[in-house]
Amino acid sequence: MARIVLTGNLQLHTEGVSELELDVNTIRQLMRQLSTRYPGLPADFEDEVAVSIDGTIYQDDWFAEIAPDSEVHLLPKIGGG
Amino acid sequence: MTDSNKTPSGNGTGNGKEYKWVGTRAVRPDGVDKVTGRAKFGADLHLPNMLVGKVLRSPHAHAHIRSIDTSAAEALSGVKAVVTRDDFSDQPKGAVQPAGEMTINYRDMVRNVMAREKALYEGHAIAAVAAVDARIAAKALSLIKVDFEVLPHVIDPVAAMESGAPIIQEDLMTEGMEQSPGAMTNIAKRVEFGHGDVAVGFAEADVVIEREFTTQPVHQGYIEPHACVASMTEDGQGELWLSTQGHYVARGHCATLLGLDVSKLRVQASEIGGGFGGKTVVYLEPLALALSRKACQPVKMTMTREEVFRATGPTSGAHLWVKVGATNDGRITAADAVLKYQAGAFPGSPVAQGAQCAFAPYELNHVRTVGYDILVNRAKVAAYRAPGAPIAEYATESVMDEIAGVIGMDPLAFRLKNAPKQGSQSSYGPKFPVIGCIETLEAARDHDHYQTPLKPGQGRGVATGYWFNIGGQTSATLNLSEDGSVALVLGTVDVGGTRASLSMMAAEELGIDLDKVRPMIVDTSALGYNMLTGGSRVTFAGGIAVVGAAQDLIGTLKDRAAKFWDISVDDVEWAEGEARATNGYTDNMQPLSLQEIAKDMAKTGGPIVGAHSINAQGAGPSFGTHVVDVDVDRETGRVWVTRYTVVQDAGKAIHPSYVEGQYQGGAVQGIGWALNEEYIYDDKGRLENAGFLDYRVPVCSDVPMIDTVIVEVANPTHPYGVRGVGETPIVPPMAAISNALANALGIRFTALPMSPPKVLAAIKAANGDVTTAN
Repeated sequence: MARIVLTGNLQLHTEGVSELELDVNTIRQLMRQLSTRYPGLPADFEDEVAVSIDGTIYQDDWFAEIAPDSEVHLLPKIGGG
Repeated sequence: MTDSNKTPSGNGTGNGKEYKWVGTRAVRPDGVDKVTGRAKFGADLHLPNMLVGKVLRSPHAHAHIRSIDTSAAEALSGVKAVVTRDDFSDQPKGAVQPAGEMTINYRDMVRNVMAREKALYEGHAIAAVAAVDARIAAKALSLIKVDFEVLPHVIDPVAAMESGAPIIQEDLMTEGMEQSPGAMTNIAKRVEFGHGDVAVGFAEADVVIEREFTTQPVHQGYIEPHACVASMTEDGQGELWLSTQGHYVARGHCATLLGLDVSKLRVQASEIGGGFGGKTVVYLEPLALALSRKACQPVKMTMTREEVFRATGPTSGAHLWVKVGATNDGRITAADAVLKYQAGAFPGSPVAQGAQCAFAPYELNHVRTVGYDILVNRAKVAAYRAPGAPIAEYATESVMDEIAGVIGMDPLAFRLKNAPKQGSQSSYGPKFPVIGCIETLEAARDHDHYQTPLKPGQGRGVATGYWFNIGGQTSATLNLSEDGSVALVLGTVDVGGTRASLSMMAAEELGIDLDKVRPMIVDTSALGYNMLTGGSRVTFAGGIAVVGAAQDLIGTLKDRAAKFWDISVDDVEWAEGEARATNGYTDNMQPLSLQEIAKDMAKTGGPIVGAHSINAQGAGPSFGTHVVDVDVDRETGRVWVTRYTVVQDAGKAIHPSYVEGQYQGGAVQGIGWALNEEYIYDDKGRLENAGFLDYRVPVCSDVPMIDTVIVEVANPTHPYGVRGVGETPIVPPMAAISNALANALGIRFTALPMSPPKVLAAIKAANGDVTTAN
């Protein structure tokens, strides 16, 4: 099971839960499971977040792979100048 | 064509490999056009029957717009079109859409390009006209009657957070905070990052330092003002030429605001005279398109410098609180910060990124950063190199320097003792991938600059900075010509030399001379989607796309050679610009050069094209450490930067001269931010220094030659190890210079800019002259 860490303001929508373990293989599966488990998450929350999988940051990539022992952080999306 | 999010391996294997082109200082492909004046910038396009567009702007910082009467302007001979809020459909409330780097609230954007219910800052667009010449357009603006109800305004972020402050947007709800029902606020968002327990960490500290800082809004200061030419025809088709960092993103914004099909709008980016994040948004372009749609004639619009200052996004001013604890042997035990950033009149300051970067150069067990995004009556902020990070790290790196001084530790040794490495948990959560923080600190420590004694009266400061860097959607195509030369087709605007760096990677992969590759940036209809140039992404993401396109091209070249030889493609390899038969066929078949295959491509299957589209991931973060020496004129308060060295991890410098230029440019902009630049408002919220005479950016005589050291810790997610380099260099300068001033004068400054009057007042106050201190 991957370790999922919610940062920023996400835990306001997850009943205060900031860490959990999920059986997911991709970011798409992660987003679906989070939306199902926490219906209070905004419908467009996945457009607002970046996903760090074992330190590598992914943005807008549903099919990036998550390993069973991965550490996954959800962060605010990163822009730049 | 290949289309995959998997990074192609290419020929690059990171550092240590000798390349023919990568890592050289090749001649820039845009050089001749720029030095001869041939290059066409935003204002350089002229079309038949083109009109001139101008904008009427609010003279008030905050006002209801009761009515706008354009009848007299429309009746003026030579006026072809007038647009106001009524010409732009409102956008759905609360809906945000992915666009470019971030999600965009188009309800805010439509109000920013043209005021609706209220004018929210001085310079806010109220109406626009298109006329046959500039004189008539200006006359028409003077005939537009606007009935304003002037409202109280607020500029300072702390004042804007107080109860009773003028409310900028009455329906604003605070994201990330509980809000009392019915209460109105200017706080758009609260964010928090960190781990551990800072109270526990501070209890372990021998020394705790707590400071408050302020910074002022500063502009990106690009030399070329915003400019565009829009042309819409009776059948609803449109073309747009503009100075931008991202013409695909601009296309999406404009199509949304005007209700057009995206594909009906063809957008071409001009050469760009600087952007630094400030040209990632649209201002004039939707107005020009709306005017052109009404007039059915092309419309050119250009901003004056004054309009650029009043109406386009600078970065935030801020109030910052920082507290750091450490042991006497130099181990940081806790770090805490609260950051309050001005957003301008609409939500969206870079405070979240500032909060994430604030303590990134340190490995910490107990850390917390809280940020607030605050509306004020100023133009909405836009990105500015490493948006948010320079502000936050100015404060945190100042406190780190002070705490190192209190415990009597060399400031670089202090940073090295607490530096993160691969696997360290970052202050914002994830563990770092391969990074070069320690390598940059060690290179700074060992540099001649740091080892050279100061002259009497001088001071030396250091600071470290961090920026994430990003990837994103990118497409590239290589079209083989019949003589073996190659057209490299790109859709990423070249702000900092990416035509050169991407061409060099193409030549390296194909094994051909660089002068056989001609790069060009095409319009939005000619290539797949490209995200804007920002986040220091293009040499990283574009490099992956180009390497993929080259591998795609090579695959076809090998296939054609195999057909020519009547052998399996598995028995063909590509090396040094030619196809070679292998696996026992070597003796029977002479290699086929790219030119030979190109010459006969019609007979072997037709045109040969390599293409690759990717949403690049895994951008390598970059750390930089700056060392600066200053001298202070004790009689005037003037600060002279006498020596400056930038040390930064580039992963792999494809074109070292461009990388050095990024380092130097960031340092110079940071010197201006530290010592002179600020927005000054009168008591009515009107900007008093909207020009380069009064808003003082550094000129050549203000800065020494900026020395540079390129550290190369390869980013494993890129075929050549590239990390973005364009943003990190602006993060450390403000703190480095403040730390140098503290070293020179024994005075810790806590407000930017450290301009001569403020420095002089502080010197006099330190000498007991309290009448002049501020």
